[in-house]
Amino acid sequence: MGYVAIADRDHEIEHHDPQTFISKYVWSQDHKVIAIQYGCTAIFVGLIALCLSAMMRLQLGFPDSFSFINPENYYQFVTMHGMIMVIYLLTALFLGGFGNYLIPLMVGSRDMVFPYLNMLSYWVYLLSVIILLISFFVPGGATGAGWTLYPPQAIMAGTPGTEWGIILMLASLGVFIVAFTMGGLNYITTVLQARCRGMTLMRMPLSVWGIFIATILGLLAFPALLVSAIMMLFDKTLHTSFFMPAISSAGMDPGYTGGSPILFQHLFWFFGHPEVYIVALPAFGIVSDLLSTHARKNIFGYRMMVWAIIAIGGLSFIVWAHHMYVSGMNPYFGFFFATTTLIIAVPTAIKVYNWVLTLWEGNIHLRVPMLFSIGFIFTFLHGGLTGLFLGNVTIDLPLSDTYFVVAHFHMVMGVSPILVVFGAIYHWWPKITGKMYNETLGKWHFWMTFLGTYAIYLPMHYLGFQGVPRRYFAMGNTDFLPASAQDLNAAITVSALFVAAAQILFFVNVIWSLKKGPKADPNPWDATSLEWQTPDTPPKHGNWGHDLPTCHRWAYDYSVPGYADDFIPQNVPPDIAPVGRDHEEDH
Amino acid sequence: MSEAVVEAGDANTIVNDFSRDKQVFGVPWGKAMMWIFLLSDTFIFSCFLVGYMSVRISTTDPWPLPSEVFALSFGGDPIPLILIAIMTFILITSSGTMAMAVNMGYRKDRKKTFWLMVATAALGASFVGMQAFEWTKLIMEGVRPWGNPFGAAQFGSSFFMITGFHGLHVSAGVIYLLVVANRVRNGFYERRGGNYEIVEITGLYWHFVDLVWVFIFAFFYLW
Repeated sequence: MGYVAIADRDHEIEHHDPQTFISKYVWSQDHKVIAIQYGCTAIFVGLIALCLSAMMRLQLGFPDSFSFINPENYYQFVTMHGMIMVIYLLTALFLGGFGNYLIPLMVGSRDMVFPYLNMLSYWVYLLSVIILLISFFVPGGATGAGWTLYPPQAIMAGTPGTEWGIILMLASLGVFIVAFTMGGLNYITTVLQARCRGMTLMRMPLSVWGIFIATILGLLAFPALLVSAIMMLFDKTLHTSFFMPAISSAGMDPGYTGGSPILFQHLFWFFGHPEVYIVALPAFGIVSDLLSTHARKNIFGYRMMVWAIIAIGGLSFIVWAHHMYVSGMNPYFGFFFATTTLIIAVPTAIKVYNWVLTLWEGNIHLRVPMLFSIGFIFTFLHGGLTGLFLGNVTIDLPLSDTYFVVAHFHMVMGVSPILVVFGAIYHWWPKITGKMYNETLGKWHFWMTFLGTYAIYLPMHYLGFQGVPRRYFAMGNTDFLPASAQDLNAAITVSALFVAAAQILFFVNVIWSLKKGPKADPNPWDATSLEWQTPDTPPKHGNWGHDLPTCHRWAYDYSVPGYADDFIPQNVPPDIAPVGRDHEEDH
Repeated sequence: MSEAVVEAGDANTIVNDFSRDKQVFGVPWGKAMMWIFLLSDTFIFSCFLVGYMSVRISTTDPWPLPSEVFALSFGGDPIPLILIAIMTFILITSSGTMAMAVNMGYRKDRKKTFWLMVATAALGASFVGMQAFEWTKLIMEGVRPWGNPFGAAQFGSSFFMITGFHGLHVSAGVIYLLVVANRVRNGFYERRGGNYEIVEITGLYWHFVDLVWVFIFAFFYLW
C-alpha cells in the first residue's frame, strides 16, 4: 500500500505536511484552517447583514428621518439581510465552520476524507459570497424581492434589483450549493467511514450527530433550491414561463404564459423548511455538549437525543407547505401539513426536556458558554411555542405576514442559533487559538445580547397581534393600529441598535484574547470528548501526533461514581477508570 | 469493548450493526461518497421532473405530441421517436461496457479495462452528439426555450433544461471516464497500491446517468 489518505493514517507521515505559509494558511487542506476560513468569511458577511438590519430598524422606528433609506433600499435591505443570515452566515458557519473543525477532531480522525475537495469547498463558497456582494454595486442594486424570492414579483419590473440583482442572487445561490455539496459529502463520509477505533456512531458527541444529520438534510434539500434557482434564472434571462403566469405589467404584456408561481413556492419551501433544521440541528447538538460539560453531568437520554435529531430531520421534509397556508391549497393538504408540523413538536420537546433534565441537580458552572446555552433554552422555547400557533392553519391565517411571524422565526432560527454560535465560539476558543478570553467581557456580551434580543422580539409578538404587517416600508395612516404601535417600534429599534453595539464586546474580546490573552490549558473545561485530548493546543496538522486515539467510552462520562476526577475522557481505557452509563453496558 | 454487544433478537441489533467501530459501510471512502452524491443528484433530477410535470399541468396551451415532434424521416414516412430509441439503446449499451470494465478492473487487466472504458466514453460521446443533432433539428424547426410552433411554451423550456442538464452530466461523465481510463493505462493506480475501486466508482456515476435517462425517456418522451 503506497498511498494512505491522511484521515486514515495510523502514523503521521511528516513530509506530507504543508511547508510554506501559502500552503499552510491560504490554500490549506487542513480541516482546522478551512474551518477558520469559513468561520471568518461567514461572520464577515453576517456583520454586513447586521448593518442592513440596523438600517431597516432605523426606518421602522423613526420613519422618514433618514434620507438614505428609501422604499427601494428598504426592500433590498430586507432581502439581503434574510438571505445572508440564513444561508451565507448560519449554514456556512455551522456546517463549514463548526462542522469542519469539530467532526475530524471529535471522531478521532486526522482530517476530512478528501481534504482537497474540502479546500475547494471553501474557495467556491468564497466565490458565492463575492458574487453576492457584487450584487450591491450593479445597476439597479441588489434584489429586493424578499428572501423567499417569490415570483412573479421577484423578476418583474417594479421590484428593486430586477435588472442584475436577482440574476446575481440566483447565480450566487447556485455556486453556494456547489460549495456546500463538496463540503457536505466530506462531512458525511468522514462521520460514516473515518472514525477512530472504538468510536461507534452511538458514542459520538451530539455535536457531531447534529452536524451530521443537518448535512444530510442539506444534501437532500438544496437540490430543490438549485432547481428553482435555475428555473427562475431561465424565466428571467431566457423568458421561459416556468413560474410566470400570463400577466400584465404596467399595462404591457411581458409575454409570459401558463407558468405556475405556486410551483416555485413548493420547490422553495421543500428546501426552506429543512433549511430551518440545517441551522437548528447543529445548534441542538452543540448546546447538548455545552450543557453537559458545564453542568458536569451526562446528557440526559443520549439515545433519545440522537433519535430525536433523526426524527426531526426526517419530519422536516414533510412539513414544507405550512409556509404556504395563505397561498391557497386543498384544505386536506392544510390538515396534513398542520398535523406533521405539530408532530415535530414531540421530538423537539423531548430535546428541551432533556436539556433541562441535564441541568437538574447538575454542578452548574455559569461560565460564558454555559450562559449562552441556558439562554438558548429560553429563546428556543419561546420561539418553539409560537411555532405551535403558526403551525395551525386557522391561527396562521390572521397572523401570517405580520410581525408575529417575524418574531417567531427570529426567536427560533435567528437568536437561538446565534446564541449557540457564540456559546460554541467561547467554548472552543481555547482549543482553536490556544488562548483564553476575558470572562467578564464575555458575560457582559451575553447579558446585553440575551436581554436585548428579548427587548426586540417580545414586543414584536404584540405588534403582530395588533396586525402590523411585515415587510412594509411605512405604515401610513392605518386606522386599526394604535399610535402606541409606533412608540413600540421606536423602542424595538433602540434595543436592536443596543444589541448590535453589544457585539463590539465580542470582537474586543477576540482581539484582546489573541493579543494578550493568557495561554489556555489544553482542556480548560475538563471535557471528555476527543478534541480536548489532542497532544497539541491548538491541534497541529494531522491532529493526533504519532498515534490515532482509541475511543473507549461515550462522550458523557461526567461525575462517574467511584472515580476521583469528575470527568473521564473518551480515550481512557475502562481498566483505568470505570465506564459510566455507556449504552453498551445497558444490555 | 469497542465492538458493540450484539445479541440475537435484540431490538438494537440493527442500530448496533450500523453504528459499529470506525466504518458504517465496508466500502472505500470514494465509493461511499459517490453513493451519497448520487442520492443528492437524484433529488435534483426529481425536482426537475416534478417541475416539468407540474408546468405541463398548469399551462393552458396544448402540449405538443412528442411522437410527432421527435419523429425522424429517412426518405419515407416519419418514424416516431426513432432517434430517441437509438440514443437510449446506445446509452444502455454503454452501461454494459462499463460493467465489463469494472469486472476487468477487479481482475487487474489494465489493457481491457482501459479499452472498455474508452468504448464507454465513445458511446457516451455519440449520445451527446446525437443530442446535439436533436437540439439543432428542433431549433431549426423554431423550438425555443420561450416558445415553439407546436404548442405550450413550457415544452421547449422543459426540453432544453432537462435534456441539457442530463447532457451536461453525460459530458462530465465522458471526461471523468477518459481521465480514469488514462490513469488506468499509465499505471497511476499501480503506484497507489494497485486498487481499481475507482473504476467501479466511475461506473456508479455512469450507471446513474443512464438510469436518469430512462426516467427522462419515460416522463418526457413517452408521456
